[in-house]
Amino acid sequence: MSTVLILGAASDMAVAIARRFAEQGHQLQLAARKADRLLPLASDLKIRYGTPVSVHEFEAIAFDTHETFYRSLSARPDIVICVFGYLGDQDKAMASWTEAEQIIHTNYTGAVSILNCAAAEMAARKQGTIVGISSVAGDRGRQSNYIYGSAKAGFSAYLSGLRNRMFASGVHVLTVKPGFVYTRMTENLTLPPLLTAKPEEVALAVEKAVRSKKNVLYVKWFWKWIMLIITLIPEFMFKKLKL
Amino acid sequence: MKHKIANWGNYPVIESNERFFTYPDQLQQLVRESKGFIPRGNGRCYGDASLAPETITATQFNKILSFDKEKGIFECQSGLTLDSILEVIVPAGWFLPVTPGTKFITVGGAIGSDVHGKNHHVDGCFSSHVLEMELVLADGSLMTCSPNTHKDLFEATCGGMGLTGFITRVSFQLKKIETAYIRQKQIKAENLEEVLRLFEEYKHYTYSVAWIDCLKKGPHFGRSILILGEHARLNELPAKFSADPLKFPRKKQINFPFNLPSWVLNTFTVKAFNFLYYAKNTRKEINNVVSYEPFFYPLDAILNWNRGYGKKGFIQYQFVLPLSAKEGLIDILNRISDKGIGSFLAVLKVFGQQDSLISFPSEGYTLALDIPVRQGLFEFLDELDQVVLRYGGRLYMSKDARMKPDVLKAGYPRLEEFKNIVLRYNPDFKFRSDQSDRLLLTK
Repeated sequence: MSTVLILGAASDMAVAIARRFAEQGHQLQLAARKADRLLPLASDLKIRYGTPVSVHEFEAIAFDTHETFYRSLSARPDIVICVFGYLGDQDKAMASWTEAEQIIHTNYTGAVSILNCAAAEMAARKQGTIVGISSVAGDRGRQSNYIYGSAKAGFSAYLSGLRNRMFASGVHVLTVKPGFVYTRMTENLTLPPLLTAKPEEVALAVEKAVRSKKNVLYVKWFWKWIMLIITLIPEFMFKKLKL
Repeated sequence: MKHKIANWGNYPVIESNERFFTYPDQLQQLVRESKGFIPRGNGRCYGDASLAPETITATQFNKILSFDKEKGIFECQSGLTLDSILEVIVPAGWFLPVTPGTKFITVGGAIGSDVHGKNHHVDGCFSSHVLEMELVLADGSLMTCSPNTHKDLFEATCGGMGLTGFITRVSFQLKKIETAYIRQKQIKAENLEEVLRLFEEYKHYTYSVAWIDCLKKGPHFGRSILILGEHARLNELPAKFSADPLKFPRKKQINFPFNLPSWVLNTFTVKAFNFLYYAKNTRKEINNVVSYEPFFYPLDAILNWNRGYGKKGFIQYQFVLPLSAKEGLIDILNRISDKGIGSFLAVLKVFGQQDSLISFPSEGYTLALDIPVRQGLFEFLDELDQVVLRYGGRLYMSKDARMKPDVLKAGYPRLEEFKNIVLRYNPDFKFRSDQSDRLLLTK
């Protein structure tokens, strides 16, 4: 039984991931901004799967607290899953730095800060798995969400570099690009059903990818090809598109 | 975002702005901001009870909060389905105190509809086993109620179709079992007289229900198969099951892949089905031990079986008549067979005594049948409604998509009392559904 730390455990996707890993017999550490929000999930996991679960206070954009947070965990996690993210509002982010900053800090800076702590510890121990939930939005910047997209692009590049660095220490790094997912974050968007995954599908795919040591996971396979086409469009054409 | 939703009968289909929540404070905020909506679970009522232009759906609000394995007390959030509860409680030697014919309903829905099961004559409705629940009221505040505290709110919430508030947390008493199996007895009854006599003769059985052929006329009018059951005790298990008496049954599910064209269901095919269904029991009486799964949830094995009734959907018509109104039952069955609209699964059961504020069951005969929506159906059902009322009966709101307000009023003697409590907790009719508007409960 290994210990799984889930960062940003209050989201719908994180709940599904927590259930899947608990079902597989892993011990869980759940972390979110308000730890008391996690108590119903913690009791649910304990009762359903009989696995030990602890809850922790964690603030993604309070970078200076991250090292203490990581050191104070009761057990060294074997698998760290970074789920937190903030979609934000592109229009607001273009007009106000506060919104843009929050998008960048949550999706990129905060993730780098906490995963640096995990990576240092795992590199020393020469074992472990780091999972980052990034986004297809990071594969190419588009006018409709490039603040979020660029933060996720940064995060994807970070994960790719980290995977490269950690290979020698036997630490595995998995980048997840879920595509559209039915969650509270997206309930106001009209999503194409064929391209949209349920949180449970994401969870299943992530757990499987951790076991098989996959590097980059697109939850619905055609997203890989859609994004390939999108990245192949020459820039002189791309800039004229309404995407 | 607006999208199309319907309940299990696929009639009516409406556009609704459906919102979800995971935490109580999110729900409180949604309730405060909303001008009018109806709480929604898994959409397994049949008609328009959980349909409205604005809906708030509890299916993400599905955590188990506590489970006392000694006392059998279970506490959970309202969006949890009975299916998930069984997964946890059966291996621990407990069972649902009351379960309807599907396990894909939420706990909140079970209370809002105050569901009953095959054991109604012994154990009452689901609400009879609820120890306590918490609701978000119209102003966004939380209130806890039970049979002893805020009794008015509790009574009007059980069977109140979501009009008093949004149920958030429920604790209820489970039933102890020794095995996950049912000792089942099936008896073929040649006609209605016989099946009613058998119900009486076997009323000491915890579970009883009959499948009835609504189309048969003449000496076999009302021929049925009575299905009885008791939770099997350890020493009653055949050797093949006794190694793991509380084994959770493996899920075997097939999916009904598309809507069946509506012409497929006609008097001829239904008659053929009924003939085969009745003939499959070759002996007068069958006694065996089966898993609880096929006993309670035979149709859950076929996902989306409602598609069998076609794109236009179907109405499940369920009424109850007092025990003294046997002629009423005969009258209605006659009208159904004359009209030739019998369904594959018509279900007959005898309810025990109950005197709740607004819950459906009351002592007597209840019949439920599925009828595909087609021209002339609603006029025919209006006619049946009058027969039901004439014999002192009433209809089940969870199945309803079309009854007129007068029919509700005449069938539920304590309706005014219920409406007064709704007014007390939901003064501006913030909690309202297409059904409650149609039935003039929120107008």
